[in-house]
Amino acid sequence: MATSILHRVTGCGLYLGGLILAGWAVSLASGPEVYATFKAVLGSPLGKVVMLGMSVSAFYHLGNGVRHLVWDFGHGLDIKSANSSGITVFAFTIAATVAAWAIAYMTGALA
Amino acid sequence: MKNADFRTPLSRARGLGSAKHGVSHWLSERVGAVALVPLIIWGAYAVILLAGLDYYGAVAWIGQPVNATLMILTIAIAFTHMVSGVRVVVEDYIHKTFTKAALLLLNAGIALLAGALAIFSILKVALGGA
Repeated sequence: MATSILHRVTGCGLYLGGLILAGWAVSLASGPEVYATFKAVLGSPLGKVVMLGMSVSAFYHLGNGVRHLVWDFGHGLDIKSANSSGITVFAFTIAATVAAWAIAYMTGALA
Repeated sequence: MKNADFRTPLSRARGLGSAKHGVSHWLSERVGAVALVPLIIWGAYAVILLAGLDYYGAVAWIGQPVNATLMILTIAIAFTHMVSGVRVVVEDYIHKTFTKAALLLLNAGIALLAGALAIFSILKVALGGA
């Protein structure tokens, strides 16, 4: 399964997510105009695509991270368990991403 | 003790292994990872909430002590986790001494600068200086 390299790829991708988070804090501290620009950039079509990537990466890395923590305690290391937990992580990633964007859409956060 | 075991009793008692720092890096990465599980779920909720708020709404939101504290903890622990993780990736794939050292310094430097800026900014807004 590709879960191992995806953990690294999404982890490196989330480095950008960390910088976006820092950008949010700095723009908020810089006043209403700068903050409005920051929100406009993230709310643009390209910004939404980046945020979609960040949400997929965050949920995948979260789910697979928990899987790694379980492994660290010595559980689920046989091939059959590892394959099924890998599929569970993919399912969780899709479900959590869809749920997060659905909630954002329903609460009007995407408008 | 088996014949193939060359570890001395002192090395066994110290428990530091070949890396000379024992399990501290490995363990601290896990401790941060466990803390990030609830913090990132809270963070996803916060991002959706903040996307629907304007500047004044966001300022009022981060002015709440619980929100400011959780956001600062999330940034501090997530940035430490980022440096830790990318460090392992660099150590695994980059074997030229100078390039490796430069990337490791860049990794720590960018995260430290961005993390400090973010935490200072949050404190500034939360303490009413914005």
